[in-house]
Amino acid sequence: MASGAAVRHRSSTHTMSHTSSSSTAHDPAKLVLSDGTVVCGVALGQRGLTGGELCFNTSMTGYQEIMTDPSYYGQLMMMTQPHIGNYGASAEDMEADAPMVAGFIVRDSPRHSNTQADEPLEAFMRRHGLVGIAGVDTRALVRHVRDEGVMNAVISSENLETEALRQKAKDWPSMAGRELASEVSTEGPHVFCEGTGPRIAVYDFGVKQNILRSFRRRGCTVKVVPGDTDLSDVLAWTPDGIFFSNGPGDPRPMDDAIETVSEAIDTGLPLFGICLGHQLMSLAEGIEVYKMHVGHRGANHPVKNLDTERVEVTTQNHGFAVDPESIAPEVARVTHVNLNDDTVEGLEFKTFAGMSLQYHPEASPGPHDSHYHFNRFMELVAETRDVTLPEKATEPAVATT
Amino acid sequence: MPKRTDIETILLIGSGPIVIGQACEFDYSGSQSARALMDEGYRVVLVNSNPATIMTDPLMADKVYLRPLTPSSIAQIAREEAPDAVLPTMGGQTGLNVAQDLKKNGFWDEQDIEVIGVDIDTVQITEDRQKFRTLMDDIGLDQSRSDTAKSLLEAKEITQELGGLPVVIRPSYTLGGAGGGIVWKEEEFEEMVTRGLELSPAHQVLIDECLFGWKEYELELLRDPNDNVIIIASIENVTPMGVHTGDSVTVAPQQTLTDKQFQRMRDAAIKAMNSIGTFAGGCNIQFAFEPGTGRMIVIEINPRVSRSSALASKATGYPIAKVASKLAIGYTLDELPNEVTGDTSACFEPSLDYVVTKVPRFNFDKFEGVDEELTTQMKAVGEVMSIGRTFNESLQKAWQSLEIGYAGLGADRPDAARETVRERLKSPHWDNLLHVRHAFRYGASVEEVYDITQIDKWFLYQIQDLVALEDEIRSTPLREMDTRFLREAKRAGFSDEQIAFLVPEDVSDREVRAHRTEEDVTPAYQLVDTCAGEFPAETPYYYSSYETVNESEVTDKPKVLILGSGPNRIGQGIEFDYCCVHGVKAAQEMGYEALMLNCNPETVSTDFDVADKLYFEPVFWERVQDVIDLEQPEGVILQLGGQTAIKLGERFEEDGFQIFGTSYSKMDLVEDRGKFTDILQKLEIPFPPYGVAHSVDEALETADRLGYPTLIRPSYVLGGEGMRIAINEDEVAEYVQNVLDMYPDNEILLDRFLEDAVELDVDAICDGDEVWIAGMMQHIEPAGVHSGDSTAVLPPFSLSDEVLETIRDYVRALAFELDVLGLVNVQLIVKDGTVYVIEANPRASRTIPFIAKAADIPIPAIATKVMLGEKLETFRRRGDLESDLEDYAIKEPVFSWDKFPEVPKELGPEMKSTGESIAFVESLDADQFEQPYEMKDLYLSR
Repeated sequence: MASGAAVRHRSSTHTMSHTSSSSTAHDPAKLVLSDGTVVCGVALGQRGLTGGELCFNTSMTGYQEIMTDPSYYGQLMMMTQPHIGNYGASAEDMEADAPMVAGFIVRDSPRHSNTQADEPLEAFMRRHGLVGIAGVDTRALVRHVRDEGVMNAVISSENLETEALRQKAKDWPSMAGRELASEVSTEGPHVFCEGTGPRIAVYDFGVKQNILRSFRRRGCTVKVVPGDTDLSDVLAWTPDGIFFSNGPGDPRPMDDAIETVSEAIDTGLPLFGICLGHQLMSLAEGIEVYKMHVGHRGANHPVKNLDTERVEVTTQNHGFAVDPESIAPEVARVTHVNLNDDTVEGLEFKTFAGMSLQYHPEASPGPHDSHYHFNRFMELVAETRDVTLPEKATEPAVATT
Repeated sequence: MPKRTDIETILLIGSGPIVIGQACEFDYSGSQSARALMDEGYRVVLVNSNPATIMTDPLMADKVYLRPLTPSSIAQIAREEAPDAVLPTMGGQTGLNVAQDLKKNGFWDEQDIEVIGVDIDTVQITEDRQKFRTLMDDIGLDQSRSDTAKSLLEAKEITQELGGLPVVIRPSYTLGGAGGGIVWKEEEFEEMVTRGLELSPAHQVLIDECLFGWKEYELELLRDPNDNVIIIASIENVTPMGVHTGDSVTVAPQQTLTDKQFQRMRDAAIKAMNSIGTFAGGCNIQFAFEPGTGRMIVIEINPRVSRSSALASKATGYPIAKVASKLAIGYTLDELPNEVTGDTSACFEPSLDYVVTKVPRFNFDKFEGVDEELTTQMKAVGEVMSIGRTFNESLQKAWQSLEIGYAGLGADRPDAARETVRERLKSPHWDNLLHVRHAFRYGASVEEVYDITQIDKWFLYQIQDLVALEDEIRSTPLREMDTRFLREAKRAGFSDEQIAFLVPEDVSDREVRAHRTEEDVTPAYQLVDTCAGEFPAETPYYYSSYETVNESEVTDKPKVLILGSGPNRIGQGIEFDYCCVHGVKAAQEMGYEALMLNCNPETVSTDFDVADKLYFEPVFWERVQDVIDLEQPEGVILQLGGQTAIKLGERFEEDGFQIFGTSYSKMDLVEDRGKFTDILQKLEIPFPPYGVAHSVDEALETADRLGYPTLIRPSYVLGGEGMRIAINEDEVAEYVQNVLDMYPDNEILLDRFLEDAVELDVDAICDGDEVWIAGMMQHIEPAGVHSGDSTAVLPPFSLSDEVLETIRDYVRALAFELDVLGLVNVQLIVKDGTVYVIEANPRASRTIPFIAKAADIPIPAIATKVMLGEKLETFRRRGDLESDLEDYAIKEPVFSWDKFPEVPKELGPEMKSTGESIAFVESLDADQFEQPYEMKDLYLSR
């Protein structure tokens, strides 16, 4: 991982885990959903109890990136690919300093084989105190969640008493209306990297490391600040552009952040938002955000760029979306749509130099088709701020862009 | 971009006869393509010389030409039909080659015919080693390094540049790469290089980087007119580099690369596909990956639909050929729907929540003296695919699908000897994974097995886990197996038969089944939905697993289960898939819900929109019974799937399950030479004198009594396997000993071989009341050459009306005597005016599609309806039984000799051809008749 990376803490509020001294491969574990569904399996990683919103991801690779993506903070992540852990875990595949998901659910976790690996996934999960469960019919659960909508659940490998677990699952706080970004934001401002390109201030609501790396690859100087930082402090650093990061939870109760975005809009600086950042920028412009029946989580979602007619296969991770009906034509223009369900995937703002994306152009995991958006932002910065970009700032990352 | 309106007629080129490396997967892609183009309103003209294909059915295209795939023949058709465009990418390398030839001689340009689906000008880049290297260099993709040396000194320098030993030395321009190989040790190097320089006519050797131990991957891509590229599937070869991908065990999706490694491969693939000109269609790219350094190199690009794309289509549910065809006529990916889910986009990359394993099927037994070691030259004749929720489940299911008598990955018989295992694993062989299992049984470590085989440890760990579980089963009495343990065993793919073999007590698979059913351990069927359950899906394509929720909803309609023919092999191939597909359609027309069960990814019958429901499962008793238990069909059709389905007949009869058509006991009866002879005697039908022997001495006595030459074959063995003609005592002794070695305790049949006799194949349908002769084919070669290897003429060309009437009488008499309901094939020989019957098979034969095409009569459909209760009279009244054949149709066998240079090219009673083509001739003066006629005695050996 890069030097100067954000210091991140993983809140233990929702994971009441304890360290077990000895381990056996087949410790029993239970997954209990808030609707009463009970699934038996075997313990994976840390023994203990954890809970959160049950969601699934259809990406066939990149389990470690997903596990460490702060946007998943507070969620129980279920992978649809049946074998998880195949290539172990390595420092290179971290998107934060530690796992961010509240729990991990897989069909099977076999022994790994890849020379890149530092350790087996099981050891990695234990080292970070992450509670998981294996031996679960994940497909049946995916279909259940797909039909019934997202719900909370608990995983336990300590107390296996079903009724108690049912109650815990029912009582688990709902994701809707919850602000979680502050729990995964950096503790203090820090410079991630210095370069010859534009100065980018990153509002960290749980930023993925590959977003920061993507700016670094383009020669930017990047300063990461906590999500509740006063705009004036950021402006004092004289940025050329401001970035609002991805992050977990519901954006609607984040009044302070929305206010900060509004203020930033007034500065005339070029703005860029990804995922939660996109939702915050939309809310600041009076666009409405709703919670989806089932979110988009995977690495195979087709997004059409309405300007170029090109289609990108994208990485997605969101449970909320902006309502296209609420976008006034004088406020913003939809630039990208999801081909599967026509949801809004990208906006260009009319009243200021701003762009935002619902999906994840930094990928990691997932296809690199959308890396070009970082170039778009670099060009927006160059235009707006009249700065000269280093050559590498707009180099196509891959052939497709 | 919507579809193009400047095109009206499209010429679609097929792939011709089946040969090793180019099999019925192109029937699948061709028929999908034809259907897709017709649906879009284009006029489709199709050409293929292979009559056994679905794609050449009259309804598949507006116009079907059963003509040779030569430039002159295609040009003639193109002149007649004046198509606006030609789509050559669905017909394998054959289709692409002929299109290239016509491009080179300016034909397409001259006729103003546009080549679509590929950039024909750049195809040669992918085929020319040097041009391809240059192009990949230009776009910055790494390749294997290699250089030419003219001296030992140069060779040393090059080797140093490549990073030292090992390297591969290949003398230039020697036949079949003679004199080449891997050099591991310093002391071998000088000798190999010097010898190579001497052997090479140009006195130069190629020194290649050694890719031993590298991992191999394949990606299947689609590209649209807007240059959007998507990856449909990633396939990982379990077999490391050095073995042709067609001969390798492969899995999808890839299992062992990290996201970063995989995305690097994806980026490279997209870059490579976009570099080979301007076109819209499908493409396949192969990569090698060095596990230690992460170095990745491009191996090759195939800018067309391939064997792997058929596999990828079946593995993901994504119809690659169909979509590739629509892209070729102008659609962009975002305009097309995902037909599996119904309302999401076709522009996406399928996500799999299961593991697919492909295992190739070989036929080395057919080729005496063949080198069984696997190399870069493909040797497999077919393949099976299986789907499981885990790798182990799918691996075991694949072995159940192979139809070589295994009930899984071993654990169903005593293990091979330790020495055999060690020897076998030293080099790539078809059964390496089985021997990996044996090695773990003998206590080998993963490290040890890895050092020898270079198979990625991920797969080795899995197989080791399987062995560990096996040991647990071995020590648990069946009665003590609880639900949890049984489920664990079944989830790892263990069949009832394996469990019965493993448990300490002496039990049958039936008892295992009964016990687990009692414990409520039964399979659930999952949908192949392209999206890992994220969206609801519409296509009825299922696989079994031991998960908790069954997704296959059973309707209350009457159902018929049609068993497919399993993996292609010599003697049982595409012909039976043709019959199955027609059987499905016919059953549907009779008001049944048609259920298809098969495990061959190369087939049309496993296309998800052929049957009402597709079960992609091994044609293995347990798996078949599982489907029956769930679906409760009215009955099963066995006649259409070749020997595969019939082998299961006994079980159906024992369990009192309805077989539509001829009963199993009658199908089995004909296999018993004694009982069959009794019938012939009763019907007063002559047969060649024969005898039965159980030892060499007995055989010699019998041969003496019958007279020479003698035809020798094992009883109860299929497809002429082990059959020989002996001309003296020594040969009798040798062949009989061989057979007894191969099949101990088997009975040996000896027939007096009738020399210079004429052989015929007759196919007929019997409805219980009457027999309709569908066709009589006379072989050009003398009796003694396997009917599948003979050039055959429809109708007979040199027999008197009297003889033909006798033949008809015999066939009728046999059909009634055997209570045939449906198809029967009778083989006869005529010598000196006497007609002898040598064999009768109450089932679909290899010749059915040929006769159906030549006469333009849907024979398998009629037969299926007869099995389901329709009478022949109904079809006769409608004129459905009238042949359109005006003159003669000739069936020409096609061989794959070039794949086995070490095997002698002789024909005999054992079948060796892999495919066939059809030729229509007006008279017997035609070359297609005269040539084989002149050479008819040339290859008859023994």
